[in-house]
Amino acid sequence: MSVAETTTPAPRAIGVETIGMSKVFGGLTALDDVSIRVSPGSFHALLGENGAGKSTLVKCMMGFYQPSRGSMLVNGKQVAVPNPRAAHALGIGMVYQHFTLVPSLTAAENLVIARADTPTVIDWTKERKALNAFLETTPFKVPLDVPVSGLSAGEKQKLEILKQLYLDQRFLILDEPTSVLTPDEADEVLGLLRGMTEAGELTILMITHKFREVTAYADDVTVLRRGRVVGSGRVQDLSVEEMSHMMIGEADIRESAARVAQPEKTLKIELAGLFADDDEELPAIEAISLKIHTGEILGIAGVSGNGQSELIEVLSGQRTPRDGRIFIDKKPYEPERDQMDRFKVFGFSEEPLKNVAVPRMSVAENMAFRTFDKAPISPFKGWLSPPPMRKRARELIAAYRVKTPSTEEPIENLSGGNVQRAILARELSGEVDVLIVANPCFGLDFASVAEIRAQIMDQRNKGAAILLVSEDLDEILELADTVAVMSEGRITYQSPMAETDRATIGHAMAGHH
Amino acid sequence: MSDDAGFMTVLLAMFAGAIRVSTPFLFVSLGEMLTEKSGRINLGLEGTLVFGAMSGYAISYHTGSPWLGVLVAGLCGSGFGALHGYLCKLPKVNDIAIGIALMLFGTGLAFFFGKAYIQPSAPRLPSLSFGSWSDHPGVRQALEINPLFLLGIVLAVFLWWALKNTRYGLTIRTTGDSAPAALALGINVDKVRLLSTMAGGFFAGVGGSFLSLYYPGSWTEGLSSGQGLMAVALVIFARWNPIYCFWAALLFGAAGALGPALQSIGISRGYHFFNAAPYILTLLIMIASTSPRRSLKGAPGELSITK
Repeated sequence: MSVAETTTPAPRAIGVETIGMSKVFGGLTALDDVSIRVSPGSFHALLGENGAGKSTLVKCMMGFYQPSRGSMLVNGKQVAVPNPRAAHALGIGMVYQHFTLVPSLTAAENLVIARADTPTVIDWTKERKALNAFLETTPFKVPLDVPVSGLSAGEKQKLEILKQLYLDQRFLILDEPTSVLTPDEADEVLGLLRGMTEAGELTILMITHKFREVTAYADDVTVLRRGRVVGSGRVQDLSVEEMSHMMIGEADIRESAARVAQPEKTLKIELAGLFADDDEELPAIEAISLKIHTGEILGIAGVSGNGQSELIEVLSGQRTPRDGRIFIDKKPYEPERDQMDRFKVFGFSEEPLKNVAVPRMSVAENMAFRTFDKAPISPFKGWLSPPPMRKRARELIAAYRVKTPSTEEPIENLSGGNVQRAILARELSGEVDVLIVANPCFGLDFASVAEIRAQIMDQRNKGAAILLVSEDLDEILELADTVAVMSEGRITYQSPMAETDRATIGHAMAGHH
Repeated sequence: MSDDAGFMTVLLAMFAGAIRVSTPFLFVSLGEMLTEKSGRINLGLEGTLVFGAMSGYAISYHTGSPWLGVLVAGLCGSGFGALHGYLCKLPKVNDIAIGIALMLFGTGLAFFFGKAYIQPSAPRLPSLSFGSWSDHPGVRQALEINPLFLLGIVLAVFLWWALKNTRYGLTIRTTGDSAPAALALGINVDKVRLLSTMAGGFFAGVGGSFLSLYYPGSWTEGLSSGQGLMAVALVIFARWNPIYCFWAALLFGAAGALGPALQSIGISRGYHFFNAAPYILTLLIMIASTSPRRSLKGAPGELSITK
C-alpha cells in the first residue's frame, strides 16, 4: 500500500523512493528487490531484525554501497548516489547509531568543521552569531562551548541531529536513534523530530526495532526480513502483533520460561558499599549496596555509561574497587578464579567476542575456560589433555545447539547468536549459585534472545541469585523480580517488580526520583 | 666567591642553558605534538633530528649559508615524515614499529653520510644580543639568543592558535580524535596524517640543525643523546598543548644545563649524575603522568598508545 499522491509537497522536506533495490555481497543477497517510498514530510519507520537488511538499504541510499540493481528517486527524479557526498548534496543525511562527533572538539567546532565550506581562518565571533541564529530556528538546545565528551548521551544525539539540520539535510535517516537515550530523552527527541515533520521541514526514515516508538511517532512503516520487504503500510492500520509477525516470520521462538514461585528466599550475595573509579580516576560507582536472594533476578536498569560497566568489572575482578566488600553466603568474596569456582559464580555479557571469549582460540578451548585446569581436562597440574576437552565441547555443542563446523573452529567465525550460546554453555552447564549478566541479548536475533532469556529464567527457577544489568528496559521488565535503577553511578531507585511500572522506572533512569 | 654568588651563577647558567638547550626540544616536541594530534606517533623523530643536524651542517659547510642548512635539514625531515606517513598507511602496519625503524635508519644514514663532516668547520648560525643593557658578562652571555629560539616561540603560539581557529587545525584534531568521525566528514585521514607527519618531520629537522649549527655547534655522532625520544615524553607531559610544549622544553633545557652550570662554579662532583638530569626528569614525568588506573587525559583518541 502506498501513500496517497495528494500529500502536498512541504516547503523544505524532500521525499525519497527506492525501486527494486538489490545488493549482493559475494554469494549473499543482503537486499532483494526492495522498493520503499518515503513521502516528503513523513515519519517513516524501517523495522526488521538484526541482519534483515535495514543497514544495507540505508547504506545504498547514502552511497556507501552501490546497489547491484535498482534505482533511487529524490522528489520524483531519478538520481545517482555514487558516494556519501552526493547523498549530502541531495539533502540526505544520516545519524548513525554510534556518534560521529569528535569528542575533544566543542559542539560549535563540531558543527563548523562539518560544513563543506569551512573557512581557512575561522572568525569565531561571526560563526557563533550565525550558530546562535541557526539554533533559534530549531527546537533543539545544546550547549555550544563544552567539549562533546562532556555532553550527556541525549545532548550528543541532539547535536548529531542538529549537525544534519545545520548542513541543511532535509531527509534524515536515523539508525536506532534512541538506543543510548533514557525513555524520557527518547520521547523528547522523537517528539521534536515529529513536530518538524508535521511542519513540513523534515522527512525522517528511522531504523528501529522498538514497536513503541513506531506506534507513537511514525506515520508509515516498512518491515524487512532477510533482505525483502515483507510488509508496509500506515502505522495506524497495523497492530503491534501484525508488525512483529512480519518481522519474525514463522521462526521457532522458544516460549519464555514460566516464573516459578520461590518459597524460601535466603540472602545469597550482598554488595556492601562498593565504590570504584573509572579510567579517568573519577568516581564511576558510589555506595552500591544491593542484596540478591536465591531464586531472584535483580535487574539493574539505566542508560549506558552510568557506571554499569564499571560495576560489572568490579564484580568480575577486572577493576579494583576503591572501597566496599562483596559477601556471598555471608562470607567475604573476592572475584578471583578459585573463589569463583568455590562459590559457583558465573556470568556473561554483551559482545562476548570482546568481553568473555578469546576470538582466535577454538570453540572447544573457549568452552573449557572454567574447567581446563581441572580433571579430566587437566589430569596432572599444568598438563592439558585435548581429547576430554573436545569430548566435553561436543556434549555442550549438542546440548546448547551451537552451530559450528567443528570443535576446532576459531570462535570468531561463529555468528553472534552461536558465540553467545557457546558462552552460555560454558557458564551455565554446571551448578550455578550466582550469575552476573550484562546486556546478554545485545545485537542478537529474536530466536537467540528468547533462548537466552529462557535460560536465565531457568537458572532463577533452579535457585540461582542473578544480577542482570541491561540497557534494554523491556528485558528488565520481562525478567526481573526486583528492579533497581542506576544513574550517575548510584542506585537511585529500587522496587519489587510488582510495585512499579515502566514510567516510574523511566523517570528514575533520567535522574528524577 | 660566596655561596650566594655561586648560587646566582648556577641560576644564570641554567637560565642561559634553558634557552640554548631548549630549542631542539621545542622544535621536536612541536613536531611530535602536531603528528600526534593527527593520530599517529612518530618515534622516528630522533633519527630525523640527527639526520637534520648532519644535513644542515653539511649544507652550511658547502654553501657557506647556515640558514640554507636549516632549510635543507627541515626538508630532509619532511622526507622522513613522508616515509613514515606513507608506510603507516599500509594495512596492518604499526606506527610505533615504523617509528623505531626510522629512528635507526635516520641515525644510521646520518652517521654514514656524516663521516666526512666531523672534522671540517662550517659557518654557524648568528645570534641576537639582547643583553647590551647589562654590564654583567654572564647576563650578556645568557641573552645571546638564537633567532631559531624566537621562531620556536612564534611557532608554538601559532600552532596553539591555528589548532583552534583554522580549518586545518580542526581537521587535524578531528582526524586525531576520531577517525570514523573524520571519514564521515569526508576527510582523507591518511592524507591529513601524512601531511601532519611531514610538517612534524620538518620541525624536527630544523631542531636538529640547531644542534650542529648553534649549540653545541658542530657535527658529532653523539650530538643528540636521545633528545628526539625525550620529546615524546615531553609532549605527553605538555598534554598535547603547544604552549605547554614551550614551558616543558624550557624545563628540560634547564635540566640539561644543570651539570655544566654546576661545573662552572667548580662543583664537578656528580657531574655525570647531574648531566643525566633530563633523563631522570623524563622518567619521573612518565611515572607521575601515567597510572594503571586511568587513561591519559587530553590524549588524542586515535593514538595507538591510548587505544
